[in-house]
Amino acid sequence: MAGHSDFEPKNPVLKWIERRLPIFNFMHGSFVSYPVPRNLNYWWTFGAILSVMLVAQIITGIVLVMHYTPTSAEAFNSVEHIMRDVNFGWLLRYLHANGGSMFFLAVYIHIFRGLYYGSYKEPREILWILGVIIFVLMMATAFMGYVLPWGQMSFWAATVITNLFSAIPLVGKSVTLFLWGGYSVDQPTLQRFFALHYLLPFMIVGVVILHVWALHHVGQGNPMGIEVKSDRDTIPFTPYATVKDNFALVCFMILFAWFVFYIPNYMGHPDNYIPANPLQTPPHIVPEWYFLPFYAILRAIPNKLMGVLALFGSIGVLAFLPWLDTSKVRSARFRPLYKQFFWVLLVVCIGLGYLGSKPAEGAYVIVARILTAYYFFHFLVILPALGYFETPRLLPTSISEPMLPRKGSASVGIGARSPDRRG
Amino acid sequence: MAMRKIILVVFAASALGGVSLAMAEEHETHIARQPWSFAGPFGAFDRAQLQRGYRVYKEVCSTCHSMKLAAFRNLAQSGGPGFTEAQARSIAAEFKITDGPNDKGEMFERSGRLSDYFPSPDANENAARARFNGALPPDLSVIAKARGIEAGLPRGLFDIVTQYQEGGPDYIFALLTGYDPAPTGENLTETQYWNNVYPGHKIAMSPPLLDGRVDYTDGTPATVEQYARDVSAFLMWVAEPHLEARKRIGFQAIIFLLVFAALAYFTKKKVWADLH
Repeated sequence: MAGHSDFEPKNPVLKWIERRLPIFNFMHGSFVSYPVPRNLNYWWTFGAILSVMLVAQIITGIVLVMHYTPTSAEAFNSVEHIMRDVNFGWLLRYLHANGGSMFFLAVYIHIFRGLYYGSYKEPREILWILGVIIFVLMMATAFMGYVLPWGQMSFWAATVITNLFSAIPLVGKSVTLFLWGGYSVDQPTLQRFFALHYLLPFMIVGVVILHVWALHHVGQGNPMGIEVKSDRDTIPFTPYATVKDNFALVCFMILFAWFVFYIPNYMGHPDNYIPANPLQTPPHIVPEWYFLPFYAILRAIPNKLMGVLALFGSIGVLAFLPWLDTSKVRSARFRPLYKQFFWVLLVVCIGLGYLGSKPAEGAYVIVARILTAYYFFHFLVILPALGYFETPRLLPTSISEPMLPRKGSASVGIGARSPDRRG
Repeated sequence: MAMRKIILVVFAASALGGVSLAMAEEHETHIARQPWSFAGPFGAFDRAQLQRGYRVYKEVCSTCHSMKLAAFRNLAQSGGPGFTEAQARSIAAEFKITDGPNDKGEMFERSGRLSDYFPSPDANENAARARFNGALPPDLSVIAKARGIEAGLPRGLFDIVTQYQEGGPDYIFALLTGYDPAPTGENLTETQYWNNVYPGHKIAMSPPLLDGRVDYTDGTPATVEQYARDVSAFLMWVAEPHLEARKRIGFQAIIFLLVFAALAYFTKKKVWADLH
């Protein structure tokens, strides 16, 4: 994971440790002297933001667990006990609930940044795939976390999503019963979801470590999408990237705080303040906002099995992106056509999100089908074809070339051309 | 730069718009937003209003609805209706609480204490349903957060900026003041009433409020509208007893973060200055 580092501790105790476990040199190489491209813009700060959010979720989550009771009879009341009687329990719970939304907001920005700048291309395929795995784990974690308050939406979301597995031919019914631990969503379901909701974040930490390892091995991509060629192209992670990440993080925290303190229930659904009732289905069962595009894809397909396959396929297709995109040029900045398709895809995803929030009827379904088809068309047809048809713009020879004044040569006007300078 | 702005806007729209849309439609009845003292970044409960709201709850709502998660001690808690501990104690003493078993193994009744929770009007759900022809009056502990009104687009997005979170009390106020005779052609059974905002309009709750039904001693008009307003505010407090602390701490946190962001920004600028 380490970049090149000559770091040697001066303190005798640290020296003693370092001789036996070279952890200080390792940390120094990973987070201090680690070279990052000098042209990274603020879209590259979301990795750091996500790391902090993950740790924050784990910390608030652990404290919540100290007060939460994972039984169908007591779960709802124990969450209210946290809200009412635990010191700053309301803060912990709102931080954790809104933290999930903020986590997804950040991860979607992170993913679309990767799509725009071609971050998944050689040699970053494994890095990207690890990211997709993290995303899937995050979705599972968030879904199970949403079930824990045992409100109406918790219960019915659990029912709808676990029922998806019953579409699997032959073993579907058994799989669903296995997930439920019974013949319907009930106490055993809640209890195992609780166990898994506690476990999965630590698995995410594990995969994040691999993700960061892979990142530090191949080096960061950058807005130009060209490889680092010399020391002139990079700057040390500390202090440059650290202070920049810090600023971005604090800005992100302002948004987070706005939601937590002023509109803590904006992201949630009022129905989840109604205790779970297996006998009464809510008028609309809607997932959390971050699942809406996938929910739209699921419901767009009339056949249940095909719908489930499309749902999983829409995530799975991302893992094959490094090979579906045939263009050698990474950054959309130098790909005039891809750039346009990127924005179309973004709009399509937002459109799917909107449709996921609507009842599956009438024109909504038709539009959802068109957008679903386009979603797959983008990844399976447009991206492979584009590499052959598109004429990319001329790439700069190096990262530093448009940024740094060359010795002895005039460099007038360069700064104005490159907005990344200010990043 | 323009592109980046577009991304931000579009992302905000997708991320946050979906939510408010999620619950939309169906009952297209328009529910007006009311001014509440507890709205906005500096919102705080009006103590007198919460005390009046408690009276309405006690004399009207509590005859049918439970409020299991609220305890008498909450009444004297800071950020609430502002009853003194002695007042809360005497309010608690007005209630009969079933306790036990005692040394003889028998349940017994005693008067309420601060540590007790509000007793429910019915022994259990079945008893309540039996009393109300099969309908169950919902528990009121978090009702003000369990109800909401639809914002739609683009209003739902502006609500992020304006901090609109009062859909619950707005809905309750509209429901309590929304009784009307059924329109011609609509048939109601004997235990149904017409309500303009209730989903499906046919509600099992008889119009609970009447002008003058609850005595107000502070000169506040004893009208249905005023009762509805006061009890909606009270129920908001019951649902979110730490609202005031949340907003107060939130303001401090955001000021801190703004200052921190400014410092972080100038630090970044200074550190990066030697690069260019």
